[in-house]
Formats: sequence, C-alpha cells, structure tokens
Amino acid sequence: MSNDVADGAAAVDGAVLRTVLVNGIAASFEAPPATVLTEVLREELGLTGTKVGCSAGDCGACTVMIDRAAVCACMVPVGRLAGTSITTVEGLTGDELGERLQASFLRHAAAQCGFCTPGVLMAARALLGTNRQPTRQQVMDGLGGVLCRCTGYQAIIAAVLDVDAADPVTVRPTSGKAVGASIERVDGRVKVAGTDVFGDDDAPDDALVIHVIRSPFARAAFTFCDLESFVSENDGITAVLTARDVPGVNRFGVIAPLADQPVFAEHETRFAGEAVAAVVVLPGFDFSSIEFPVVWAALNPLTSPALALHPAAELVHTDRPANVLVEGFVQTGDVDAVMPSCAAVASAEFDSPFVEHAYIEPEAGWAEVIDGLVVIHVTTQSAYMDRASMAEILGVAEHRVRIVPTAVGGGFGGKLDLSVQPFLALAALRTGQPVRITYSRAESMASTTKRHPSKLSVSIGADSNGRVTAMSFEGVFDTGAYASWGPTVANRVPIHASGPYFIPNYRAHSTAVHTNGPPSGAFRGFGVPQAAIAQETLFDELAGRLGIDRLEFRILNALTAGQRTVTGHVLEGGVGIRDCLEALRGPWADALTRAQSLNRANDRRHRSGIGVAGIWYGCGNTSLSNPSTIKVGVRSDGSVVLHQGAIDIGQGSNTVISQIVADAIGIEVHRVLLRSADTSITPDAGKTSASRQTYVSGMAAYLAGVSLRAKLLAMLDASFDSEFVFDAGVLRCHSDGVARSVDLRRLPVDADGFVVVAVESYDPPTTALDHNGQGTPYAVFGYGAQLIELSVDTATGRVQLHRVVAAYDVGKAINPQLVVGQIEGGIAQGIGLALLEEYLPGRTNNLHDYLIPTIGDVPPIETIIVETHDPVGPYGAKGVGEHSLIPTAPAILNAIHHACGIRIRSVPATPTKVLAAILKRGAA
Amino acid sequence: MFSRPATLDDALVVLSDADTVVLSGGTDFYPQRLNQMTVGRSPEHVVDISALGELRGIAETGGGWRIGAATTWSDLATADLPSSFDGLRCAARQVGGTQIQNVGTIAGNLCTASPAADGVPALLTLDAVVELQSLTGSRTVALDEFITGYRSTALRHGELVTAITIPDAFRSESLDTRTSGVRSGDSTDADSSVYSSFVKLGSRAYLVISIAMVAALIVLDGETITRARIAVGACSPVATRLPALEAALVGARIEEAALDSAVRSVALDLLAPIDDVRATGEYRRLVVPRLIVDALLACRTPVAMRTQVAMPTGGTATGGTATAGTGLRR
Ligand SMILES: Cc1cc2nc3c(=O)[nH]c(=O)nc-3n(C[C@H](O)[C@H](O)[C@H](O)COP(=O)(O)OP(=O)(O)OC[C@H]3O[C@@H](n4cnc5c(N)ncnc54)[C@H](O)[C@@H]3O)c2cc1C
Ligand code: FES
Ligand code: FES
Repeated sequence: MSNDVADGAAAVDGAVLRTVLVNGIAASFEAPPATVLTEVLREELGLTGTKVGCSAGDCGACTVMIDRAAVCACMVPVGRLAGTSITTVEGLTGDELGERLQASFLRHAAAQCGFCTPGVLMAARALLGTNRQPTRQQVMDGLGGVLCRCTGYQAIIAAVLDVDAADPVTVRPTSGKAVGASIERVDGRVKVAGTDVFGDDDAPDDALVIHVIRSPFARAAFTFCDLESFVSENDGITAVLTARDVPGVNRFGVIAPLADQPVFAEHETRFAGEAVAAVVVLPGFDFSSIEFPVVWAALNPLTSPALALHPAAELVHTDRPANVLVEGFVQTGDVDAVMPSCAAVASAEFDSPFVEHAYIEPEAGWAEVIDGLVVIHVTTQSAYMDRASMAEILGVAEHRVRIVPTAVGGGFGGKLDLSVQPFLALAALRTGQPVRITYSRAESMASTTKRHPSKLSVSIGADSNGRVTAMSFEGVFDTGAYASWGPTVANRVPIHASGPYFIPNYRAHSTAVHTNGPPSGAFRGFGVPQAAIAQETLFDELAGRLGIDRLEFRILNALTAGQRTVTGHVLEGGVGIRDCLEALRGPWADALTRAQSLNRANDRRHRSGIGVAGIWYGCGNTSLSNPSTIKVGVRSDGSVVLHQGAIDIGQGSNTVISQIVADAIGIEVHRVLLRSADTSITPDAGKTSASRQTYVSGMAAYLAGVSLRAKLLAMLDASFDSEFVFDAGVLRCHSDGVARSVDLRRLPVDADGFVVVAVESYDPPTTALDHNGQGTPYAVFGYGAQLIELSVDTATGRVQLHRVVAAYDVGKAINPQLVVGQIEGGIAQGIGLALLEEYLPGRTNNLHDYLIPTIGDVPPIETIIVETHDPVGPYGAKGVGEHSLIPTAPAILNAIHHACGIRIRSVPATPTKVLAAILKRGAA
Repeated sequence: MFSRPATLDDALVVLSDADTVVLSGGTDFYPQRLNQMTVGRSPEHVVDISALGELRGIAETGGGWRIGAATTWSDLATADLPSSFDGLRCAARQVGGTQIQNVGTIAGNLCTASPAADGVPALLTLDAVVELQSLTGSRTVALDEFITGYRSTALRHGELVTAITIPDAFRSESLDTRTSGVRSGDSTDADSSVYSSFVKLGSRAYLVISIAMVAALIVLDGETITRARIAVGACSPVATRLPALEAALVGARIEEAALDSAVRSVALDLLAPIDDVRATGEYRRLVVPRLIVDALLACRTPVAMRTQVAMPTGGTATGGTATAGTGLRR
C-alpha cells in the first residue's frame, strides 16, 4: 500500500512505508500518513534545510515547492504526496534558476541569520517559475507569506529582482583592504544552501525528547501527584525532572547577584509559562495525549506595575521590598530651578506594552555527557554566560560544561538568557543519553523574555532661542517575574533618555517593578526605544511651539564633541549626531515638499506627513567591565585561523571580526579560517548584546591581529611595516632588500595546532557612575537619525509608510553592506514597535495574533552612512545593532502628527488608537 | 486513523463512521491540532479528500456556476469568471499568503466558519448555496443557513461539502447581455452592468486576519445603482448581508457623497462587533460604513488596477489594506 490513491477507502492506522519524489530522487520513509511533511523531511530524510518556525502556516519558514507551487510543509500530510514532486532548498543546488537566486541572495546579503532564508528562497523560486521578471509589487505578493525578522526585507526584494544580474561582481579585497569592503558574509554560503546548522538541526537520531510542563496561570500554587508511578506506568517516558532534581542552585540570572529565576518553580509559579517539571520521553513518543500529574491552584496575579507598587500588594519576591527590583538615576544641573523659566515646556505621559522578539527560530538544542563533560549544543547569544550559569545549576566546575553554540536564527536579546540549556543538561545527566528539545512557538513566546512595558512621565523645556535647557524623566518599567536584564534597562534608560542632545539641566529616574508578567529582559535597545519615543515626540512639540523647523531644532541642540553628556562625560570625538541630522536636510526638504503637494492634491481622507528622530546609544555594558578576548594563530601549513567567540546571530560578527583581524595582520581576508564560538575552543568574547561586538571584540581582534603581525615579523627580523606572504609552510618577506624566510613546519605546535599565536583582550574604558549618575558609562556612542514619510487614512486610522531615510554614524563601516542590513532590520522592528506589536501574556502566543511586519509593511529604505572615525573603536568603528531600531517609532509617531494632527503616546499606534485620536481631535 | 479515498462514494462510506473528520487543504486543520505531535494516531479518523478530483474546479452550469468544494484560493484567483465574481477573486488573493492560497480551499473556509473567513461575504452576495452529500443522499443549504454561528455549521454527521453553487439569477435580472468572461468594467456601451468588489481591512499587509471586510455586488444603470448586495464580515458571529442597506442603495448614484449618505441613512444593527486582539468593537462600528462606501466605489475600478495599492506618493506600495478606490491590496 505504498501508492496513496490505491489506498482507497482503506484506513491506515500507524506508520506505513511510502516513497515520495524529493528533489528529483525517490525517497522512502515510514510514517503515519497524517504526519506533516516538515517532520518527514527533517527527521526521516535528514533534509533539515526546511525550517520550522511555527507549525501553523504563520511564518513560511517551511516553504517548499510541491509540483512547482509554494506551500507550507508544516501543514501538508505526507499521505497525499504520491505522484507529486517536492523541491526543498537542498534541491536548488543544480537548478539553474535556484543557484542564480542563491548567488543573488549572497551578493545582496539577503540572508542575515539565515533561518527564514530557505523559505524565502523557495517562495521566490516558485514565483520566478511562473513570473520570470516580477515587479517589486509582485515580489512582495509572492513573498508575503514568509516572515523575516532580521533583514527588513529590502535586501531580499533587491536580490529577487536582481536574479539575472549580467555581470555580478564579487568583492575580494587585497591584503590590508578588507575593512570598508562589502565582502560576502563568511558564513553566507551555508545559509543560502540551507546547510547551516541551527539549534534543531543536528540532534542525534536516538536522542530522547524533553517536554516541559508549564504553568497555565500567571500565578499558581501546585502539587505533583505520584511522579514515580507516572514514569513507571508510561512506557515511553524515561524520566521526570523537577526542582528536586537540580543538583546545584535552582536559580539563574544574567546578573549573578540578582539571580532569581528557578529552572523549575518550587512551590508557586510567578508567570504563565513558567516551568515546573520536564518529562523525558523516547524519540517518536506522542506526548500530546499524556496528562501530567500536577494539580494547580490559581492565585491572584499582579498584572501591572500599578498594582505591584500598591502598598498593600503582595511581594513577587519576598526579598524585594515594594516589588522594586532596582532604580536608576542620573541628575545634572538644576531642573527644578530652570524648568519654570523655560519659554516652552512640553510634558506628557507615554506607555508601551510587552514586545516579543519573534525570532523565527524557536529555542532548541541537544546535549550529551561525554566523560563527565556536559556538552550542550544550543542556539544562544552568550556561550560563556550560559556556561557559568549551567555550572551553578549543576553544581560543578565550569570546565565540566561545554557550550557549543549552533547557528542562531535570530536573537535580538531574547537568546541571552538561559532557555532550554538547563533542561538539556539535567536530562542528559539523569538519563546518560543524548537528549534534545525544541520549543514550540507558543512555548517560546510564553516562556522567554520580552521588551519591558513602560510608563513614562516626561517634561522638556527650551528657551526662546530653541535651546533645550531642562528635562525631567520618570519611568516605570514592568520587569516581570524575574530580574533578567531589568537592572540594565533601569540603568541605561536614565543615561540615554536625553537623546543625543546637550541638556544642561536634567533628571531621570527609572524603576524596574516586578509583576507576574513574563520576565522582561534584553530586547534591542534595553529600554531606550521606549524612552526615545517620549523624548523625540516632545522635541517635536517644543519645535512646534517655538515655531522652529523640527529638523533644525534637533540640529541646534545636537551634542557636539567637547560638550558634557548628561552623565558629565565629555566625548572627545566621534560625536556624529549633527552630521547625521545634517545629512537629512536634503531628504527632509524634498519629503516636506512631497507631503505638502500630496496633501493639496489628495482627498481630505489621506493625509501625508513626515517625521524625524535622532538617537545615541552607548556600545558595551554600562559602567561595567565587559572584556572580549580573541585568539588568532598560524598553523604549520601557513593557514591563519581565527578563534572568534563573538556569536554571530545574523548581525555579521563572523565576517566583521575576520575583516578586522585580516587587515591588522596584513593578509587577505579570504585567507582567514574561522572557528566560531565554542567554550572549549574560542576564548571568551562576551555576549552578543549592547551593540558591543564590532567595537569590543573588534578591538580585541585588532589587537590580536597586530600582535600576531608583530610576532611574525619579529621572527623574520623585519620591520613592522614590511609585507609578508605565506608560501605554503614557509613565511617569506622582502625587507630592506633582503629576502627572509621562516619555515613554519619546523616550529613546535601548540594544543590548538598553532605554531605562532596571539591572544589579546580588550575591555572598554568606562568608570562607575556616582550617586547622581555622573561618570563615563560607555567609551563609545553611536549616533543616528531617521526620516519617515507616511500617510494616514483618516477614515480607518490605517498608517501607510512610504519611505525611510536613515543616516547613521558608525564611525567606520567595516562592512557597509552589513551595516545597511542592520539598519534595515532594525527599522523593520521599529515599525513593529510603532504600529503592530503588543504581546498579551496568555493571549498572543502565536504569530497570527502577534503580528510582526511582513514584506509589505516595510517601505523602501535609503541608508546614509556617516563615518566620523571614533577615536576609540577598531579602525574608528562602533556598533549599530541596536541604534537602528530606536528612532523609527518616534519618527513614525511624529509623522502621524504631522499628517493629521494627533499625538499617539501609547504604542502600538493601531488603527483603533489612531482613529480614536482622529475622532477626538475632530470633536474638540 | 487516516484514509485517502479515491472516489466520492468511498469517502462517504468512511465519513459515515463515527469520529471522522475531513482534511482538505489542512490550513485550518493542522493549526488547530498544533499540540498533537502525530495527527492521525489519535482516536479521530481523518479523511483526506485531496484525491477526489471531482471536488476541484469551477464550471458553468445551466443555471449558474459550480465551484468544487476543494477548489483552492489560487484556482479561484486565476479563474476566468464574470464580473460578479470579482469580489470573490479579490478575497481569494487576500487569504493568508501565496502558500495558504495554493492549498486552502473554499469549503474549508466555510466549514471552519470563522467570523473572519474572507470567502464568506463575497459568497453571501452571490447567494451561494452549499451542496452536501452523504451516504443517505444529498441536499443543498443556502450559505446563510449553512453557517449557523461562531464556528458552527449545519454540516451533519457523515456529510461532505461537495460544491458551492452560485445561481445565475442576479445576472439575468441585470439585463446584462454580455457573455461571461468579459468584464463589465471593460465594456463601454453597456448601460446596465454587474460589478462586484471586496475590501479587507487588516493591520498588516499580508498574512492577516481581517479586522473587518466588505463584499459588494451591484447592478448599475449608467451611474445609478439598481440592485445592491452588501455583506460584512468579522463584525458579527457570522458574516451577514445588510438587506436594509441594500434597499437604501437602490437609486443612489455611484459617487462618494451619495453612497455615504445612503450608508449612513440605515442603522447597521445586524452587526454586533466585539473587542478582540485585532481591534475594538467600537472601532469596527466606526469603520464599517466607510469600508462599505470603499467597496462600492471599488466596484468600478477595473480588476487589473485593483492588483496594486493606490499609492499617494507614486512610490511602492507598502501594504495598506482598504485604500480608497481599490478592492485589493495587491
Ligand atoms: C497562515 C494562515 C493564514 C490564513 N489567513 C486567512 C485569511 O486571511 N482569511 C481567511 O478567511 N482564512 C485564513 N486562513 C484560514 C484558512 O486558510 C482558510 O479558512 C482555508 O480556506 C481553509 O481551507 P482548507 O482547505 O485548508 O481547510 P482544512 O483545514 O482542510 O479544513 C478546515 C475545516 O473544514 C472541514 N472541511 C474542509 N473541507 C470540507 C468538506 N469538503 N466537507 C466538509 N468539511 C470540510 C475540515 O474538517 C475542517 O474542520 C489562514 C490560515 C493560515 C494557516
Ligand atoms: S513552520 Fe510552517 S509556516 Fe511556520
Ligand atoms: S535572516 Fe530572515 S529571519 Fe533572520
């Protein structure tokens, strides 16, 4: 009964052997017929290029072609595939058009993390199969069913349109010229081939599977029934793990002194989705129909900071009085004295909801124990922090844990905290067998961190010349059930809330408050995007009141080198905000004319408007040591190997660090062989967060490269500026007219296989902040500004974006194409924050109720790169990862006001809110 | 258990068993069973109807049109159909994204009976009839009686939806003498013609469940509406026609002010919109009159034009649904 149609009405119960045509080859497997195609491709046929992001049709990561039509493989029963021909991303190899498409994706850097890429490629391939020369609109229609959280889609559209590029150029810089060149991502080929290995891609076939039992209530007490008989009575169940099975400390947290989150709740859960137990089952065992023996008693949750701050409120953590986790404070000058005398003061209250990272790859990994060493393969942004936390949880020394990061399908801050790691380690230790886990989309959304909801109360005053003289900021952040990165948000916000402007009298206070919400953690910008909404929209109000053009108002107040920041830090150079804003003058004038003429020409219903916002953002941890170490060495065959532990979550650190190290050594970048993060191989390059990798790890790479160069030239007895080559195993150089050489093959080899090696560390020079928040919190700031053009349908409240122009001071663009990619991706997330995204615990744990921008929601983006050369960063470079997201939402809100006169102070600006504000204004 | 019968008779035999459930495109079926690892091992008996070729396709019948139950949205979007189907075809192109349209079926949409099912309003304006078959016989049920409430239908145990039929009455009444397949919008001399449209309001460009949607089907005599059918979705447990409004529109000129006053002259009390994650009920109440006018005006936009969002800046569309003058966002 291998032919499906011939099955007739005969019912099939259980697995049957069937054969389907996949990528032109007849593939046989055994599976029950209702099994979905993704499951068979990935688990039975080993074709893991097809990704799973939701299993519900919402993300399109699983897109394959069946008989040339794009379909979501997560909803196709394998029982109906006889006689069809299936093409997966693996099948693009050898397909002329498919390979062109892949090459175009590489040229345009259309794959960042690469997790959506197989689905995007397959949707594009299907489109091109029926429409060989699609328009931009047709590309969007064809790809509208695939979500990408990294790229902002512009590079994807460009890549599809450019599939037939006549003479594609490959950027291949000569030695010493890699910095500043848009070289192809060093890990790009595996991403477009679908062969990059993500968290769920390489677990052993026999790995046991872990299912986590989670609280359905925001707060609940619970008791287990008889767990022992639960295990013994269910054949497929191998073990159950609860808090009692944690051998070390049942607490973790990214900020060690505040570690408060249990692996498994002990008596009471503090948020909906918190784990209480894990069940380890045999591979293939259907756990969905198993009832886990736990009894819940729902308790009254604290659902908002307002409730949590009430004097009579119960405490989420008994050792945190008033439910306050931390406060942050920065003060300079005398706000109270100056504010009353300001010519204009703008004040308002703002709020924002939980926002979900919605990376397309859910948390996943696998683990095994080898000779007492717990090896965890996992999608993570922070291998070394993971290792430290795991050692605590397991009660072992750090060297007994090895974290091997897989490719990361997007992180944005959400994969900095532990997720699957403890379950994997505990289950592997308990069973002695390899174990695996992959979160469902719902589980990922319910149990991992979110952007902090905020309630802000802000006043800003300016003198009659338009100079901002005073600002006060009071922010309450819902930090949820556990500390996570709450302190980072509370500290970063008061430093950044001034925006990139000179404000002599300033007071900013923030409070991180515990509730029974999901833990709020790190999300691109650590609270600064929320603060920027307040500051930048109030700047517009002030400019309006003073009759000053909104862009000129910002230029007038822009911070310059030599001025004091609100923390009293005098930046010596590389303060590029003014340059960024000035770069927008031309586009601003054009946009203004365009909006005005549209408003004259259009019906009264559609109103056009433009908005601008600026930002600054400190790269690296706030006033804390956050060193990176990079190792680079030469092997006896003359190959250069870079041990780079800065985890590439799609942002491009593998590529950027390679470029920096190549130029520092003085070799061609394509000669650099990369060993990516692995706690047993690469030294600690810190976490991928706080826009620190290009700057901090980049500096370490620069220093290591220079050091290696110095060692090589010293061996040759040549001067530092001499040129050298590796001639197979021989290092050669011509210096002062003398030919010199060293035979590397004769040198002793170290444990890493190196004959010459350099290891260097870099830690940004910062100082602690005093009680008024004064000091040097960051060594380097990045700057940027965005201009948005949009229109508002005043009858429906629907906002339509038309264009973004983004000007960014990145110091030095190590790889301009990757910089543009970061900016476009950040803007897309900013659009989500501004218009779409609101995570409601328990209600929006899927990607059809929680809406992120699709390809049709991101308008064309023009990026202007401003290079001010930072005196501190490598080759003058600084970060841009988070900077890109921050100004988008305020610029959109400012443009909405310009278009139709309403002030939205509560994001997202949904059609419901926009229309209500329009009607309220009309009535007033 | 799982079976994929090769004939309709076999399918009906299987369906007559207890605990059977039909699997068509699977785009509602699978998401609803998300937590079930291996569908088909559970007690329910899944009947995959994808091998029943006779259930797929569109045919002109003596008295109208017959759309097979398993006809996909992509089939509909690319079919050559008269102008009265423009609205349905617009809806077809706005269900999810391409991947969903390639497998999702019209009967699946009706049987799921979501208040936001995009196929329902246009089919209501077409006076669609649901054709059902079981071992014991067949029957037909008007669409507005088939969907009986929030996610509930008149489908009985053992029954399969085999087709959706569209009577031709509307077209003959319209005095329209054109042959099918020629769009009334293209004809210059017809002084009396049939037009239809669909407007979907969602908060993003693709893959979005409607906040509200409107289908309109009208007959024009010159610039004057002589017949009108309007249906609104996502504003009541089941999408609904608005007979009072339909009556009020007769005689109205097809221009904004007249339509607006006609729409505002009737209480839309058949609608009972509620608050959900997508929008408030109040919001829906506010925008529906506007969407109705949009849908009526969109009737006259040639279908080819409707495949692009009207862009005020002349730049590239960024996915505004329900833009004035267009029934389509793509
Ligand atoms: C990502 C995504 C986006 C979506 N977007 C939209 C959207 O924008 N608008 C919209 O309206 N819908 C949307 N949907 C829902 C869905 O795609 C449609 O309702 C589709 O038409 C369902 O058809 P199907 O063939 O896939 O149904 P199936 O999933 O196969 O079946 C759905 C239900 O109908 C029953 N059924 C199907 N066919 C028959 C039959 N012939 N006789 C009896 N019972 C039958 C099944 O038993 C089941 O209960 C979306 C779904 C997804 C996953
Ligand atoms: S995994 Fe299939 S659409 Fe998300
Ligand atoms: S590159 Fe698209 S999701 Fe990461």
